[in-house]
Amino acid sequence: MTWFLLALVVGATAAGDLLQTIGMKQGGEIDDFRPGPLGRAIALVLRNRWVLLSIASFAVSFFAFLALVSVAELSFAVPATAAAYVVEILLARYILQETIGRQRWAGAVLVTVGVALVSL
Amino acid sequence: MKTKICLLIIVVANAVGNVLLSYGMRQVGSIASYSPLELATGSLKAAGNPFVLAGVGFLILFFLAHMIVLSWADLSYILPMTSVGYILVTLLSWWLLGEQVRPARWLGAVVIMAGVALVAPTPPVTTRKP
Repeated sequence: MTWFLLALVVGATAAGDLLQTIGMKQGGEIDDFRPGPLGRAIALVLRNRWVLLSIASFAVSFFAFLALVSVAELSFAVPATAAAYVVEILLARYILQETIGRQRWAGAVLVTVGVALVSL
Repeated sequence: MKTKICLLIIVVANAVGNVLLSYGMRQVGSIASYSPLELATGSLKAAGNPFVLAGVGFLILFFLAHMIVLSWADLSYILPMTSVGYILVTLLSWWLLGEQVRPARWLGAVVIMAGVALVAPTPPVTTRKP
């Protein structure tokens, strides 16, 4: 049960960020930060299906995390969910086609280790 | 430039939001059981606390800035960069909430800084079509 819930948290978090990035890139680069145009841009992306799916995915991740901490210790649950970082960098590389050089990879791995340490 | 401003808003709004939420929820008191009635009255009390409300406001700001920056920047850039927030939360919970911070956590903060220092100089946008 613990491992299933952990996989669900990591999977749903990663899927949420992936879907949000896809939806936001579809809407195009936001460049006008005056309140009116910015509000309209946000209202528009909140109707994008990928963005809506990403919000649903974050909700799944949130409730799965609550379930996880009810069966496992917090000191296991929080650092273990740092695994989402690595999954997301892989998704960014292979699905979003982002260019990830050696330096960014090294930095991302360090950040993952650091996040796990911080939450121990 | 606008990427950096968004990152700043994301990191600060997330940390401040969580600290306010945590401070407010401690005033409200712990929710003793998960019975629907207890959850409902607990949530109502929380919704009336100004620190909880301010915390939720900052977290909404965080969420919007996170969405907006992804309309142009790489996920693989934003994700590691926003982890600076863990350091800020560690500092704030030590400083403002008076929590104990164990050595492993300070070590983690240093490792995150090293990772962020490596990611920061890489190009934030690699997917823009020519």
